[in-house]
Amino acid sequence: MDRVAIIGVGQSAFVRGYPGSIRELAFEGFKEALEDAKISVSDIGASIVCSAPEYDKQRSPSGVFAEYLGLTPQPTFYLESLCSSTSMGLRMAYSLVKSGLHDVVAVLGFQKMSEISSAESQERMGRGADIQWESPFGTMMPAYYAMFAKAHMEKYGTTLEDMALVRVKSATYGQVNEKALFRKPVALESFSDPEHFMSGPVSSPLRVGDCCANADGSSCLIVASEEKARSFSQKPVWILGLGAASASVNMSGRDIFTGLAVARQAGEQAYKMAGIEPKDVDVAEVHDCFTISEILAYEDLGFAEPGEGKDLIKGKETYREGSIPVNVDGGLLSKGHPIGATGGSQIRTIVLELRGEAGEMQVKDPKIGLVHNIGGVGLYGTVSILGRE
Amino acid sequence: MSKKKEIDDRFKRFGTVSFTSVTKVNDFIDQLDQGKVMGNRCVECGMVFFPPRADCYKCLASNMEWFEIKGTGKLVTYSKLKFAPVGFEDDLPYSIAVVDFGDCKIFGRIASDIPDEDVQIGMAMKTAANKLPSGQLNYVFTKA
Ligand SMILES: [Zn+2]
Repeated sequence: MDRVAIIGVGQSAFVRGYPGSIRELAFEGFKEALEDAKISVSDIGASIVCSAPEYDKQRSPSGVFAEYLGLTPQPTFYLESLCSSTSMGLRMAYSLVKSGLHDVVAVLGFQKMSEISSAESQERMGRGADIQWESPFGTMMPAYYAMFAKAHMEKYGTTLEDMALVRVKSATYGQVNEKALFRKPVALESFSDPEHFMSGPVSSPLRVGDCCANADGSSCLIVASEEKARSFSQKPVWILGLGAASASVNMSGRDIFTGLAVARQAGEQAYKMAGIEPKDVDVAEVHDCFTISEILAYEDLGFAEPGEGKDLIKGKETYREGSIPVNVDGGLLSKGHPIGATGGSQIRTIVLELRGEAGEMQVKDPKIGLVHNIGGVGLYGTVSILGRE
Repeated sequence: MSKKKEIDDRFKRFGTVSFTSVTKVNDFIDQLDQGKVMGNRCVECGMVFFPPRADCYKCLASNMEWFEIKGTGKLVTYSKLKFAPVGFEDDLPYSIAVVDFGDCKIFGRIASDIPDEDVQIGMAMKTAANKLPSGQLNYVFTKA
């Protein structure tokens, strides 16, 4: 009786211009998770609030959320690892429950980004890199990932079209995910049409259509001990494996540019802890902040050999009916990427898939799901493996 | 009347916009001003660092010596930006890159006078100190 489960998941719709404050935004994901878990606020022993700082006027949001959500006087604290904040929150919740300190923990992720311009946002996200030695050159997230795309294209012959195919797949599922920001289909041809916004240059070789967009959103996970999971939940989803790693923030400290070392390391740890292999994964959510990121993830997680990620997308193997469905909720590319809420949204999708409750996004009878969530440019990486009974 | 304590904020001259002003490796800026791009090395254990740093994590010593980045490296990867963060709009377009010098890799910008078609992964490049029109300092990668 010492397993740890996820017994409730929730998220707000991911939108531009959320018409409320961050505490009100957090309430949306929290309410859905509590209703999903069929528990009340007094059942929660501690809360972990996750986001990337710099976007909010509010310092220390965990106190404000605890008050607004009725989570006082239980302990609450803030945790951040950029875009991987909520899955790092899951790791922390797991350890709080596993240690016996708490038997039910809420992981709340949020980000409200749309009050500032895209250029300002790029500057802030850019400061998640090395501000002393890199930011003075004028860096931003798309440019860093573009360097990985360039290196992958050069070494393995991955093409712009291969990357565009990732966006086309993403849009296929964005259309059926009612929480997604982008719900329209994307045609492959739009990437080769110079008049179409999708083909607009951002940072070579990446185009507008290769990049995910800022959004406002919140997510929430309710993590519980086996005993509490048994008493509260009909369909607990078990945490089978967790991996996490970090890498040099400055690109000068990186050994590879054709993959993310943190994803490989976190994946190996998670597979080992779960006692499974990549081929055992039935459905996955990967951190497709850019189209190239999804191709790198296929390879880093062992779904494809190095250099062969492009063959998975070309062969539609990562579609819902394929051999390894990936991001069948539209991924970051279609859902939008409210940084601190993203990991929780990915985990929510896998939990719903494993419970058979993913609606139009449902893959056939999955038993094991995987979540790959990256912070910064492969600065932080987490891989979480979940399973049903 | 006590004299105001002088703050050594030389690092504010680094790059188009510097986000740091005070660091123990501020001498990097004077050397850059004199046309030299410098890394440093731990005197105690020999670890080589770029970017330079004040402290060695390997042996925990803080006794470092400067060395000049010389010779040629290989272009590992790059990207040309068509969109810039706030404060860098006037520099567009510009390319960021990583060059491998063997002992260390260096992140920086590619010199703006190299035509796009001449930039190839694997090409030989050197590092050169560079003065920006604003008087700020950085370094760029030039053709070797
Ligand atoms: Zn040393």
